[in-house]
Formats: sequence, C-alpha cells, structure tokens
Amino acid sequence: MMARLLPHPALSVVLLLLWLLLNNTLNPGHILLGGALGVIIPACMRNFVMPVPKVKQRIGLMRFTVRVLVDIVMANFHVAKLVLGPTRRLSPAFVEIPVSITDDFVLTVLTSVVSLTPGTVSADVSDDRRRILVHTLDAPDPDALVAEIKTRYEAPLLEIFECSTT
Amino acid sequence: MLDYVIPICLALLGGAAILNVARLIMGPSVPDRVLALDTFYINALAVIILFGIWLKTDLFFEAALLIAVMGFVGTIAAAKHLLSGDIID
Amino acid sequence: MPIWIEVAVSLFLLFGSLFALVGAIGLFRLPDFFTRLHGPTKATTLGVGAIVLGSMIFFSSRGDGLSLHELLIMVFLFITAPVSAHMLAKAAMQQRLPRVDRTRGEPWE
Repeated sequence: MMARLLPHPALSVVLLLLWLLLNNTLNPGHILLGGALGVIIPACMRNFVMPVPKVKQRIGLMRFTVRVLVDIVMANFHVAKLVLGPTRRLSPAFVEIPVSITDDFVLTVLTSVVSLTPGTVSADVSDDRRRILVHTLDAPDPDALVAEIKTRYEAPLLEIFECSTT
Repeated sequence: MLDYVIPICLALLGGAAILNVARLIMGPSVPDRVLALDTFYINALAVIILFGIWLKTDLFFEAALLIAVMGFVGTIAAAKHLLSGDIID
Repeated sequence: MPIWIEVAVSLFLLFGSLFALVGAIGLFRLPDFFTRLHGPTKATTLGVGAIVLGSMIFFSSRGDGLSLHELLIMVFLFITAPVSAHMLAKAAMQQRLPRVDRTRGEPWE
C-alpha cells in the first residue's frame, strides 16, 4: 500500500521542500499543498523516474559533499590564477580516464564533479561507459591527474553508493 | 556601505557583459557564440539579483529563476541542434 | 541592519562580481574554444553563487524571517553548468574546432 502510494519517497520529500522554498514560507496550508504535490507528481511519473542507487554511507556522502564544495572554491582560485596569468604558459590536454562506475546516475555525478572542480571539463563519455574524456586547462602531468580524480572522487562515490563495479 | 558596494559590483558585472558581447561578436565559431550567450545570461541574472538588493525588494527573484531555467533550456537546445541538426531525437 | 551583516553581504557581492568578471575575461582572452569553456563553467558559476548567497543573507536579516528561496537559483546553476559545458564540448568536438597546437591528447570523433 505504502509502496503504491509513494513509489519514490525521496522524490516526494524533495518536491515538498522545493514547493516550500519556491513560496518561501512554512505556512501549514503550503505544507499541505506541497505534500499533495509530492504524492501526485511521483504517482503520475512513476515509470519515467531514473532509478537512483541506494546510499550506503550517509556520513561518507556528507563528507564527500563538503569536500567537493571546498574543492570548487579552491579550484576557482586556481582557474582565476591561470586565466589572469600569461596564456602562453598553459598546457591544455585531452585526457582519457578509465572509470569502473556503471550506474548512469553515479556516472553523471562524477562527470559533474569533474567539470566543477580542478581545471577540468568532462567532454564525452564513451558508448560502453568505460572511459570519460576530460579536457584540462593546464596539465603538466596527465597521469597524475587521472590518479587524482580516481582516488579523490571516484573511489568515495563507489563506496557511498551501492552499485556493481566491473 | 551597501550603497557604495552595489554600484561597484554592477560596474564589474557590466565589464563582464562587455567582454561577453565582444566574444559574441568575434566568434569565431558557432559554439563560441553559444558559450558567450550562456555566460551572458548568467551575468544578467546576477545583475537582476543585485538590482533587487539595491531596491530592497524580493520581487526580482522570480525573474532571476526564470532566466536561469530558460537560459539553460536555450543553451541545451542550441547545443543539441549543433550536434545532430535536430533538437528532439 | 547590524554592521557585520552588511560587511558580510558586501564581501559576498564583491567576491561574486570579481569571479564573474574573471569568467568573462577567461572567455575573452583564452586561445581556443576548449580552454574558453573553463572560464564560464567554473568562475561564473561560483561568482553568481556567491552573489545569490549574499542576497540570501541580506533578505534573511531584514526581520521578515528566513529567506531561503535564493538557494533554488544556486542549486539550479550548480547542477546545470556542467551539463551545458558537456553538451557544448561535444558539439565542438563534432565540429572539429581548431585547438591550440600544444594541446596534448586527441578528442574523440
């Protein structure tokens, strides 16, 4: 019964929060309305929602989020220095990174994090989801970059989410 | 203090907008121009938020949110059009 | 409004505007499309994020209770910036845009 009514409980909570934020209120009427939307919308689109793997370590997820936020700020100072400095000294590169994440959602998170953090933009994902192509603004040593992304972002994501590895 | 800071910020964002428009005109390729427009709408959003703080009104929030949503959809549509010559596939 | 809140808001706004300007400078002066992509996706997103944060603090301190709805803009920007950068990079690779000679590695077709 519960599973039929709320096929995606997390999505319902997110919709309720979104509604309250959009109206910028904690009015009981709006909580009721947001709750109703949180029930109706997931019920209407139950077959279209992308399956999201279960979170195994909540603390790990929080620690990962904080680390990514700090890295975003740090990466921005780095990029600002590169942008304002002499452009002739930059050594841009396309780097291929082999990944062992197979789940679509987790792969999306990884590519987004890579785009937002240290001087890299993810440019393509291979058709078999085994490699991602990354463009870096300044990479004197591509192998070190691959190792850093794998240990710093990919390994924690694999631990946090319950997903099969290849 | 805010009365002095906000004009400075608006001037900085205006400089950013001029650079964006310069890139929009210079090109040289279509993706460059799409990227310039993408940056331009994000800058416009920042200007609107600053203007809201200056006038001490909350009313510009919806405009800023709509610009964010519509700009993203526009960029993705343009990129998809460049990729496949078709927006819906 | 207490002075320290005003100082915090001013700092956030200045920081954000400076980073938005850095992003635009990157867009303007870097040599090829793929390097230009870096400025807007990172610097501009963080800059506008900081401005939105300043606005959030400002409207929360006016006594009408918390004003958190600016958070929506920030979350939306941080989710969408990598997606549009990814799509534009794919389009640019398909069009085989010129890249700087010293770029190492090859883009995929």
